[in-house]
Amino acid sequence: MISAKAADEKLLTVSASPHVRSATTSRMIMLDVIISLCPALIASVLIFGLRALAVTAVTVASCMLSEYVSRKIMKRSNTLGDLSAIVTGMLLAFNLPSSIPFWMAALGGAIAIVIVKQFFGGIGENFVNPAITARIILLLSFSSAMSSWPVPRQGLMVKAVDAVTGATPLAVISEGSGSLPSLTDMFIGLRGGCLGETCALALIIGGLYLIIRKVISPAIPLSFIGTVAVIMLIAKKGDFTALSYQILSGGLLLGAIFMATDYSTSPISFKGKIIFGIGCGVITCLIRIFGSYPEGVSFSIIIMNILVPHIEKLTTPKPFGTPKKEKKAKEEAKA
Amino acid sequence: MAEKKSLGKEFTKGLIAENPVLRLVLGTCPTLAVSVAVTNAIGMGIAATIVLICSNIVISALRKVIPSKVRIPAYIVVIASFVTIVQLFVKAFVPALDSALGVYLPLIVVNCIILGRAEAFAGKNSVAASFFDGLGMGLGFTLALIVMASIREILGAGSFLDGISSLTVLFGYSGFDGFKNILSQPMGILTLAPGGFFVFGVVMALANKLAEKKGKTPAELKGCANCPMAHSCTLIDREDACDNKEEKEGAAV
Repeated sequence: MISAKAADEKLLTVSASPHVRSATTSRMIMLDVIISLCPALIASVLIFGLRALAVTAVTVASCMLSEYVSRKIMKRSNTLGDLSAIVTGMLLAFNLPSSIPFWMAALGGAIAIVIVKQFFGGIGENFVNPAITARIILLLSFSSAMSSWPVPRQGLMVKAVDAVTGATPLAVISEGSGSLPSLTDMFIGLRGGCLGETCALALIIGGLYLIIRKVISPAIPLSFIGTVAVIMLIAKKGDFTALSYQILSGGLLLGAIFMATDYSTSPISFKGKIIFGIGCGVITCLIRIFGSYPEGVSFSIIIMNILVPHIEKLTTPKPFGTPKKEKKAKEEAKA
Repeated sequence: MAEKKSLGKEFTKGLIAENPVLRLVLGTCPTLAVSVAVTNAIGMGIAATIVLICSNIVISALRKVIPSKVRIPAYIVVIASFVTIVQLFVKAFVPALDSALGVYLPLIVVNCIILGRAEAFAGKNSVAASFFDGLGMGLGFTLALIVMASIREILGAGSFLDGISSLTVLFGYSGFDGFKNILSQPMGILTLAPGGFFVFGVVMALANKLAEKKGKTPAELKGCANCPMAHSCTLIDREDACDNKEEKEGAAV
């Protein structure tokens, strides 16, 4: 059947785009994200004890179960294989204090997957970050359980005392009383806080891995953290120590590296990413300085998530060869 | 194009198939605001039902007298009179409910359900049909409010029928004041506005599912064809329907 002529034609026939296919799949990306979250998970177990691992296991299991059951009920295909439910579960656990009751953690996982993700169509269709939304719902619902922070273990071998809770550095800063951990402790994560957000070192390692693997672009994390740095530098009148505390405390690194860069809820273009990051930074600072909550990273990300469609509209790249705006307007005026 | 229905049908359609809140998506504002507690929901539902029945009867009786051009102001005057009567009664006999409902009680005047029924039904149908329509729609509104309020109160505040004695005292009984502390750790967000929207969405989906089982089209934003009220809509007759409008606007752009 294949004559020489037909073979020539075959060479000349161009298939419909896309012509270059990459082997990248959602599953591979999610696997990379899971790998990048592992350092922070290990750090959290070292800092807060095995309960941190247990909370993570509960949220991951709850997310996977909710994903499976809700897809089944809605008669849609099973999407457990893309691993996104595991990522959501891990991120949600990282946003919870390690002392949270297990049923609350499980409820959070179900909220993230069923209400925020599957009700809107599943992976890639959610308009806000599921893990962050679940965290905010839990925070507004169970504020006492969500804001009592277990104190990190004193030294790696000593068992953590579950009953003792302490304030987070941000709460200390905003209330102006209590003692702050040293900056080194802040950097390696020996402070009160959500179980995955404390160890800056592990989060930065994970972030670098993602950037090197080209899973995320550094635009959003850098513009987010940079904006917070600039605003806080002005607000703290140039005090670099206070600035470092602001950068290292709360969920800023976790949010900027892992949550704000979620594909389906962040802009596509570079310009859009920068606008998104700056917006997150500004809102975070406004809440930290003026708001009644000591921490504003999660609120800032969810607000900017909602604005993403508008940012995309503003920053749509022009197709190559189209005339500039003024020219176009003039031409139209002439016509 | 209102097809003739039996009076019983006029009554039952308001409960689920054409439930004003869940299927026609009218009266959303009072629904979200009042469905925090079951007691408030019952009070609001009864007040709105009384106004709805009375205004439906009067408007239907006057439908041949009211000139079409000034029908909306005329309807408003009728509705406002009944709202004032109900409001004064509530203030006099159940002051606790009056303070709980606050501005939403006088706002029944501009409640879309009441104005919508006056415009879409009472203005074109007999007094008896309008009475049953008002009763069904009012009960449908109350039902939707109670369902939403039960979910929000039990899960969000951990109580049920809290403060009900302010209503039952009307009948000379005040021994029972609702269940308290059902949940040790209620989900506070459900009593806030976002929780209201969550519950509203979920209950609406359930009502859609129930109506779908009975062979009705789900209430989707797909123009007039899918509207549960399509068979009695005046706008379709006047070719002023949203579908046509969209097409016109599309052509203009």
